[in-house]
Amino acid sequence: MAVVFQRTAGLTDAETHYCPGCTHGIVHRLVGEVLVELGVLDRAIAVIPVGCATLAYDYFNCDVQQAAHGRAPAVATGIRRVLPDRVVFAYQGDGDLASIGTAEIVHAAHRSENITVIFINNAIYGMTGGQMAPTTLVGQKTTTSPLGRDPRLAGEPIRIAEMLAQIPGASFVERVACDSPPHVKAAKRVIRRAFETQLAGEGFALVEVLSTCPTNWGLEPVDALAWVRDHMIPYYPLGNLRDPKKDAAARGGVRPEE
Amino acid sequence: MARVLMKGNEAVGAAAIAAGCRHYFGYPITPQSELLEYMSVHLPKVGGVFLQSESEVAAINMCYGAAGAGARVMTGSSSPGIALMQEGISYLAGAELPSVIVNIVRGGPGLGGIQPAQSDYHQSTRGGGDGDYKLLVYAPSTVQEMAELVALAFDKADEYRNPVMIVGDGMLGQIMEPVEIVERPPDPALPPKTWATTGTRDHPGSRSIINSLFLKPEVLEHHILDLFAKYERMREREVLVEEYRVEDADLVVVAYGTTARIVKSAIAALAAEGVRVGLIRPITLFPFPAESLRRLPDRVANLLVVEMSMGQMIDDVRIANEGRRTVHFLGRTGGMIPLPQVIADTVRHILAEHHAGDVPHVSVGDEKGGR
Amino acid sequence: MHNERIIIAGFGGQGILTMGQLLAQAALDEGRQVTWLPSYGPAMRGGTANCNVIVDDAPIASPVVHGDATSVLIMNVPSMKFVADLVPGGFALINTSMVNTRVERTDVRAFYVPATELAVAAGDLKTTNLVMLGAFTEMTHCVGSASVLHALEAKLGGAKAHLMDANRRAFALGAEAIAAQEGAAHRPTEPSVPR
Repeated sequence: MAVVFQRTAGLTDAETHYCPGCTHGIVHRLVGEVLVELGVLDRAIAVIPVGCATLAYDYFNCDVQQAAHGRAPAVATGIRRVLPDRVVFAYQGDGDLASIGTAEIVHAAHRSENITVIFINNAIYGMTGGQMAPTTLVGQKTTTSPLGRDPRLAGEPIRIAEMLAQIPGASFVERVACDSPPHVKAAKRVIRRAFETQLAGEGFALVEVLSTCPTNWGLEPVDALAWVRDHMIPYYPLGNLRDPKKDAAARGGVRPEE
Repeated sequence: MARVLMKGNEAVGAAAIAAGCRHYFGYPITPQSELLEYMSVHLPKVGGVFLQSESEVAAINMCYGAAGAGARVMTGSSSPGIALMQEGISYLAGAELPSVIVNIVRGGPGLGGIQPAQSDYHQSTRGGGDGDYKLLVYAPSTVQEMAELVALAFDKADEYRNPVMIVGDGMLGQIMEPVEIVERPPDPALPPKTWATTGTRDHPGSRSIINSLFLKPEVLEHHILDLFAKYERMREREVLVEEYRVEDADLVVVAYGTTARIVKSAIAALAAEGVRVGLIRPITLFPFPAESLRRLPDRVANLLVVEMSMGQMIDDVRIANEGRRTVHFLGRTGGMIPLPQVIADTVRHILAEHHAGDVPHVSVGDEKGGR
Repeated sequence: MHNERIIIAGFGGQGILTMGQLLAQAALDEGRQVTWLPSYGPAMRGGTANCNVIVDDAPIASPVVHGDATSVLIMNVPSMKFVADLVPGGFALINTSMVNTRVERTDVRAFYVPATELAVAAGDLKTTNLVMLGAFTEMTHCVGSASVLHALEAKLGGAKAHLMDANRRAFALGAEAIAAQEGAAHRPTEPSVPR
C-alpha cells in the first residue's frame, strides 16, 4: 500500500499548543519538510522567538535556542559565526521581528548573515492576547486599538519584506500566504528556496508568511483564511522581491566576485 | 611571553585570546573601546571571529547564540552599555550559558560621564536583569591581575555554566602597566559541552535545547533552586580576597579595584606615622568575602569602606559585619578619584573621634578630596 | 636611576601620551616598576592631554599623581597649573616655545627649554617631545638615555626607522639645554615622596 501522507521527521511527535485554525502549524510543517528534503535536519539549529512560537523548541525536531524578544537574528548570528557549516534559521512573529526586533533584523540583513528567517505576519500580537502589532491593518480592531487602527495615531502598517528588500545584503526576500492549498504549496517552494540560498552561502534570506490568528481576530478558522485573502494580501502583496538568481540575471549572469 | 607594557583594555583582549576565546561581539564605548579595537586586529590572526554589533543589545545576544553553540565567547562594554546588556545577561544566566562580560565602569546615572567609577557594583552583583540569578564577578586591581582573572573567568564560566563578569573602573581600562600574558588553554578537566546546539548529528537521539522559559511555576522554582545550589557552591569555593596588614590593624579599610591601590598608598603613609591600618580587598564581588570581615581581630572596632560611588559595596560589608563594628564610608563619585591624603585624613579622624557604637563617619564629594 | 612621579601635560597632538609611554617602556626595560595613566576624554583634537607616569623600585600602589609629583613636564600655558602638584624640591620642565610665563613657586626647581625650536633645529618639528624627554632624562636621571632611545626605536619599528636620526638629535639637544643650565647635571637630594 502506497503511503500518501505521513508525519514529517522534521517535527517532533509533540502535540502543538496552537489554537484551532492557526497557521503556525502549517508553517512549522513546511519548514520541517524542507529540512528533511534538503537532508539538513541533523545539522539544523532553530532560533525561536518570544510570542506564540516560543514553545516551538518542543516541535522542531532539531537543536533549538530560545531567544529574547526580537533578538533571534542576533542569536542566530552568534550561532552562525561559531558553526559556519550548519544550517541556522530564525522563526519570528510580527511583534518580535517587526516591532521590538527591527534593529536586529535590519542589521542581520545588512551583514547578509548566512541565515534563513521565517517571519510570521498575522497582523496582531497573539501570545499576549490580541494587541495591535506594527502589521495591524488600518481600521483593524485589537485590544489596544479598540476603535480600529488609526494611522494618524499609530502610522501605517509596516511592510517588512519591502523594507528589507531595499538592503543590499538581503539576498532573498519573498512574501507568501497560508490561506489556500495553492498558496501553501507555493510557500513551501519559497521556504525551500530560502534555505537553498543559505546552503549556497548566498547570505540573508527571509520569507514573510501571511498567517491567521482566528482567536484574536474573533473569526472562525475558515473566515480567518478568507480575511487573509480579502484584507491582508491586498495590502501585503505576494511575490518575490529579492533572489540571488534574479540579481545575477540582472547583472548579466555574473556575480560581482566572478 | 615576557612582561610588556599594555593598556588594561588591551591586556583583557590578549588574555582572552590566550585563554582560547575565539569569538568577540561588541559595540564601541569610552573608556572600553581599546578592547574592541584590540580584538578586531588580533582575533582574525588566530582564526577567530570579531564582529562589531549594531548595539550592546545585539552583542550580548550574539554571545548567547555563540555560547549556546559551544564557543568561548566574550563581550565588553562600559556602564550604560552594560545596562543595555542586562536583558541578555539574565537570559544567559537563565539558560546557563558560559560567557565572559567585561565592564570598564564609568560614572552614571544616564549618560553620566566617562571618567572612572565604581557605581556599577549593584548592577554587577545584584543581577541587573530580571529574576533570581547571580554572576561570578571578578574585580581586579592591576593590569596583571586583570589578565589572570580573565583567563580564570573563562574556565569558571565553563565549569559553572554561568556568565562571569570582570569589573574594572575606567582607570584600569586605560592604565598601562607591565603585564605577562600566559597561554592558558581551557582546563582539560572541564567536561565537554554536550549540551551545545551543534546539530543532532553530534548527539543522535537527543536534541539540545537552550532555553530559559519554564511556564510551570513548580518547574521554574526547581530550576532556580538548582541555580542557587550552584551559587552556593561558588560561595564555598570561589571567594578570592586580599587581606593586607589586617593582623595588627587598629582599623580596616574595605575597598576593591583601583580604589584599593589608592588605599594602600594611604596605608603606607599612615604606617610611617605609626597608625596601623589594614585592607580587605574583595577580588570576587560575588561571592563576597564575608568571612574575611567576620574573622577580623576583636580589636578592630571600625571599618572604613572606600568606593568610587555613593556607597554600593558598603551594603555587602554591612551584611557581612552583622552590626559588630562601626562601618564608616568615604566615597567619591561621578568620575572623581579619592586621594591617599584624604583617605589617610579620614582614618585619622575616625581613630581620633570614633569608637565602636558611635555614629559612623560619612564623607562624600568633599571639595578637595579627589582628582 | 631613581624613583619619579611625573605629570606630562599639554595639548592633544603634541605627543604627550607617547612621551609618557616611552618613559614607561624605558623604565620597564630597566627592570623597574612602572605605571602610565592617561587622562582621557572625548576623542577630539586640540583638547588638553596629560598623563601620569610613576617609576619605582617597589610595586606601585596608587597610580594617580596628584599633589605629590616629583617632576612636571609642561608643553602649554594651561598646563602650568600642574606646577602646584610638585612636592617641594620637585622639578618643573617648561617648553618655552609654547609657554611665556615663569614658574612662581620658589620651593621647586624650574628648567626652561625652547623645545619646539630645538626640534626644528634637529630637523623635524615633530621631535619636540624627544627634546623634552632628553631634557627630562638629563634633569632627573630617572632612566638612562639609551633606554629611552631604544624604546623609541622599538616603537617606530622598521617602517619609520628613518625618523630615528632626527629624534636622536632632538633628544641630545634637549639634554644639552639642561646641562647648560646651572646646577642641573646633579640633583642634590631626592625629594621625599609619599607612596
